[in-house]
Amino acid sequence: MALDRWIALIILMICMAYGYAAFFTLDIGLPPFMQRNAIWPSTFPKVLVVMAIACTLIILLGQGKDDAGTKEGDIDYRRLTDYKLGQALLLLAMMAGYALMLRPVGFLISTVSFLTISAMVLGERKLQYLLPITMLATGLVWYLVQQVLGIYLRPLPYFLGTGG
Amino acid sequence: MFEGIMIGLTTAFTLSNLMMVIGGCLIGTFIGMLPGLGPMSIISIMIPVAITIGDPSAALILLAGVYYGAIFGGSTSSILINAPGVASTVATSFDGYPLARQGKAGKALTVAAISSFCGGSIGAVMLMIFAPALATVALLFHSSEYFALMVVGLSAIAAFAGTGQVAKALLMTLLGLIMATVGEGALFNMPRFTMGIMDLQSGFGFVTLAMAMFALPEALYLVLDPSRSNNETGGEIKDLRITRAEAKEIAPVIGRQSIQGFLIGVLPGAGATIASFLGYAVERNIASKEDQEKFGKGSIKGLAAPEAANNAACTGSFVPLLTLGIPGSGTTAILLGALIALNVNPGPRLMVDQPEIFWAVIISMYVGNLVLLVLNLPLIPYIAKILAVPRNYLIPFILFFTMMGAYIGQNNATELLILVGLGICATVLRFADYPLAPLLIGFILGSMLEDNFARAMQLYDGLGFILDRPMTLGLLGVAAVLIILPSYRARRARMRAKGIADGD
Repeated sequence: MALDRWIALIILMICMAYGYAAFFTLDIGLPPFMQRNAIWPSTFPKVLVVMAIACTLIILLGQGKDDAGTKEGDIDYRRLTDYKLGQALLLLAMMAGYALMLRPVGFLISTVSFLTISAMVLGERKLQYLLPITMLATGLVWYLVQQVLGIYLRPLPYFLGTGG
Repeated sequence: MFEGIMIGLTTAFTLSNLMMVIGGCLIGTFIGMLPGLGPMSIISIMIPVAITIGDPSAALILLAGVYYGAIFGGSTSSILINAPGVASTVATSFDGYPLARQGKAGKALTVAAISSFCGGSIGAVMLMIFAPALATVALLFHSSEYFALMVVGLSAIAAFAGTGQVAKALLMTLLGLIMATVGEGALFNMPRFTMGIMDLQSGFGFVTLAMAMFALPEALYLVLDPSRSNNETGGEIKDLRITRAEAKEIAPVIGRQSIQGFLIGVLPGAGATIASFLGYAVERNIASKEDQEKFGKGSIKGLAAPEAANNAACTGSFVPLLTLGIPGSGTTAILLGALIALNVNPGPRLMVDQPEIFWAVIISMYVGNLVLLVLNLPLIPYIAKILAVPRNYLIPFILFFTMMGAYIGQNNATELLILVGLGICATVLRFADYPLAPLLIGFILGSMLEDNFARAMQLYDGLGFILDRPMTLGLLGVAAVLIILPSYRARRARMRAKGIADGD
């Protein structure tokens, strides 16, 4: 089975769970006065989920072209390991790590390390250029967001106060 | 009217006001480039500055400059790094980004700047002429028509997004609509489908989803396949200029879309987003066969259409604001707040009581537009140089800016985890050739669609509104045709191909 059908299957399952919630759980606590309305909170989701399930079934059972081949310049997922998969996964992990570190470690340190380490993952080795650039960029963005736009970003680790 | 224009011109063309507009354009362009900060947020940031100026005309001129600058800045990030930070520039990235990948970033930015300029200018002229008359037409649109109009927009997108695979595009649209139902809606006062997770209480963030659908998969593709980032020109910016033939090609597109976009913008609530999507869809459907092939792969028509429509619609949204005092979009709502703070009361009496304000707004919008063009055309080569940044630096920064966009909007680190998760899903969907744009568009229009649907249902106590209102019925009919026609055509083409040879 081609990847797009697997995905249709997964979406079908998500839709079933969503549909179950819409049809059977959403209206339980509905106050009586709302039950007299023409539209309930579950009306629109019910319509959507029925249509979505119909679409997934068309894709799953339809006899579309099985293998359209990849378009030029696109990535062929069947040869995924030929690509730099490791780097991509590492960067995703870095992003998740950044999300977790941002609050406790503070914006400045986590951003500088995110930018530096990501660039090194991609193969950059000239630290003498890399570090000043990332530090400058981080400082600039922090100044813009915090001081000019007035959106709070904790600059320093939590034990060093709130900063700004 | 002529007198009014003269009043407006004399107000706008003083040295201090010209400085205002130039400053506003620059600020708007540069902040607007950051994904996540759209015209709405930048204008609200600038309001305190504008109010301290005191003079309503000068303040409005500053805000108009910021507004146009922000719109152009937003297009820049859509074109260069496929990161549309504002809903109305999503359609810009469909063709703008492929152009940038072909090394034509300069040309793409120029086309965008010129189309925006034309859209804005034509819109301003139409605003002067038609504002009072259009205000009454806008009131004819009720929630049922809005609902139908959005259904038309969504089906047009679904029908064109997946050439020959309507089911996939439709499924993605529905998935976007489903995602929009997550969280607490304004209408029902209860959280839906949050699975008890606090962070989902307010639903998915638009910027988060936009970054996860467009910017993140693209950045991951660049990582996976290093040859993608070395475009043929090696980052050099070539053909900045538009040839005469290209100008001829896009001129009718800009003309049509400016008018259509303006008319859609006049409807309160429809706004620039729908105008840009519909503009793209309409142009694609009426283009010739070989032009149609180019859409989505770097067609300048496909870039000019949403840009012109978007800007014309922004101007159009001033019609209900200035003539009725009803803000039609988030941005005009903020401007309304600024106007009231400046002791100006928009409404039917504005044109009579304070004509100088009315005309100063219109002329300042025009001047803002013009200054933006004059200012940005020389800057384009430098802006496009962003793409010449070495890959090892560019990719971490793209990732960083997508995360900042998501974070600034919600101020919540969990949003970043959601971003990464959705980004992975989006990349897998892209592997399997599912179009991602319909999902995002469905998400953007989802809450509006449901609100209007619910309102119409409540007013008519059921589905009666479909039959009661001919305009609704007509629009829904158009939507049905849009969905059915392409699959019918594809089927016929398949049948025919089977008869001749077993082609793809």
